[in-house]
Amino acid sequence: MSGVRVLVGTRKGAFVLSSDGMRKRWEVRGPHFGGWEIYHLKGSPSDPDRLYASQSTSWFGQLIQRSNDGGKSWEPVGNQFAYEGVPGTHLWYDGTPHPWEFARVWHLEPSLTDPDTIYAGVEDAALFRSSDGGRTWQELPGLRACSGSAWQPGAGGMCLHTIVLDPTDPARIFVAISSAGAFRSDDAGKTWRAINRGLRSEQIPNPTAEVGHCVHRIAMHASRPNVLFMQKHWDVMRSDDAGENWREVSGNLPSDFGFPIEVHAHEPDTIYVVPIKSDSEHYPPDGKLRVYRSRTGGNEWEALTRGLPQSDCYVNVLRDATAVDSLDPCGIYVGTSGGQVYASADAGDRWDPIVRDLPPVLSVEVQTLP
Amino acid sequence: MIRVALPEHLRTLARIQGEVLLEVSGQATQRSLLNALEAGFPMLRGTIRDHVTKKRRAYVRFFACQQDLSNDLPDAPLPDAVATGAEPFRILGAVAGG
Repeated sequence: MSGVRVLVGTRKGAFVLSSDGMRKRWEVRGPHFGGWEIYHLKGSPSDPDRLYASQSTSWFGQLIQRSNDGGKSWEPVGNQFAYEGVPGTHLWYDGTPHPWEFARVWHLEPSLTDPDTIYAGVEDAALFRSSDGGRTWQELPGLRACSGSAWQPGAGGMCLHTIVLDPTDPARIFVAISSAGAFRSDDAGKTWRAINRGLRSEQIPNPTAEVGHCVHRIAMHASRPNVLFMQKHWDVMRSDDAGENWREVSGNLPSDFGFPIEVHAHEPDTIYVVPIKSDSEHYPPDGKLRVYRSRTGGNEWEALTRGLPQSDCYVNVLRDATAVDSLDPCGIYVGTSGGQVYASADAGDRWDPIVRDLPPVLSVEVQTLP
Repeated sequence: MIRVALPEHLRTLARIQGEVLLEVSGQATQRSLLNALEAGFPMLRGTIRDHVTKKRRAYVRFFACQQDLSNDLPDAPLPDAVATGAEPFRILGAVAGG
């Protein structure tokens, strides 16, 4: 019988939540790496027992952990992330040049076809790749070369937090960087260009600048890789030409600020966001946690509330803290800064908590198991 | 033998219980001690000092003989009591308040 495994990264460790295909009864295992921040963990699409986790603390720095048995046991692998060549500078908060400094790995994206190949998005923003199961890491320096000297961190740091691999074209990679924008490579990461035309950000001096937009997340449906959805700092956006042009699809959302965005596993025009009140009030509008679903690829949104707290709720949902499974009906999962992980086994119509009292949730990923 | 006491998180990472006993060739210094520690436990590389610059991580502290040795030069001799194993060289995370 099929099942799902939900991989949860929190401020104080990783948790693995497992269920059969009914998604009603859950087994909770963890914390793994108790006390460490787990920004992200994700499984290989080509070998579901191969998992990778980004483990860090301010005290002891960055580690990468690898599991070959679906998260039962783990081994530390390579943790040296050295920028290629002379790292150069980006802009600092005061506008002066500042040397690139590695802080942590925000996001791990395993290859779609090879369990030993994995990409890592890091702060200060750069993209690394490992081809030996995480033992060694090499930067893809063409990304920073494209406009990195002009990037400037926002309040959350300058992190590369989104990596989207095109399932139909192994040479095409999309990434997004906080307060820099979205970028695309069509040659497997050698060269890059900004793809931010159509974005408008009032928080930067030139609201339509080529770079400087605070993109929070990009999502794609595998069957339609030229269609991208974006949750920006403010605004929900859509591109129908692989990021060449973007248009706003915020429509009737109560707030178009937020962090994550997801696409339904079987319906490429069904998308999900979690509206947050504002860039300084990181909690849902009106104290109600509502996931919004559009079945029209944006603009027309409906609130999904059944089973989610509808009063006195002031949690946040971070950019990597939502995920979908590929069962039918599609399951969707939301982790909160309050330590809850909510699951819906019917595409968002009805929600139940899997767990309520974890440390603040940083990331949620789902594996659909045979 | 030099005795090294690691913080809990690094003991867990290195799968160590209790203190580590290290044989350090030549003069016992922070550098030679950490080189020996990382050679024996490669998973600790990068957690105590930077991979390349070998600079101590900002929130890591070195204590021994009731002294803070964190800012001593890496090639300064360690106290005799540490070099002879009478006292442990303590590696720990800085206190975090708030």
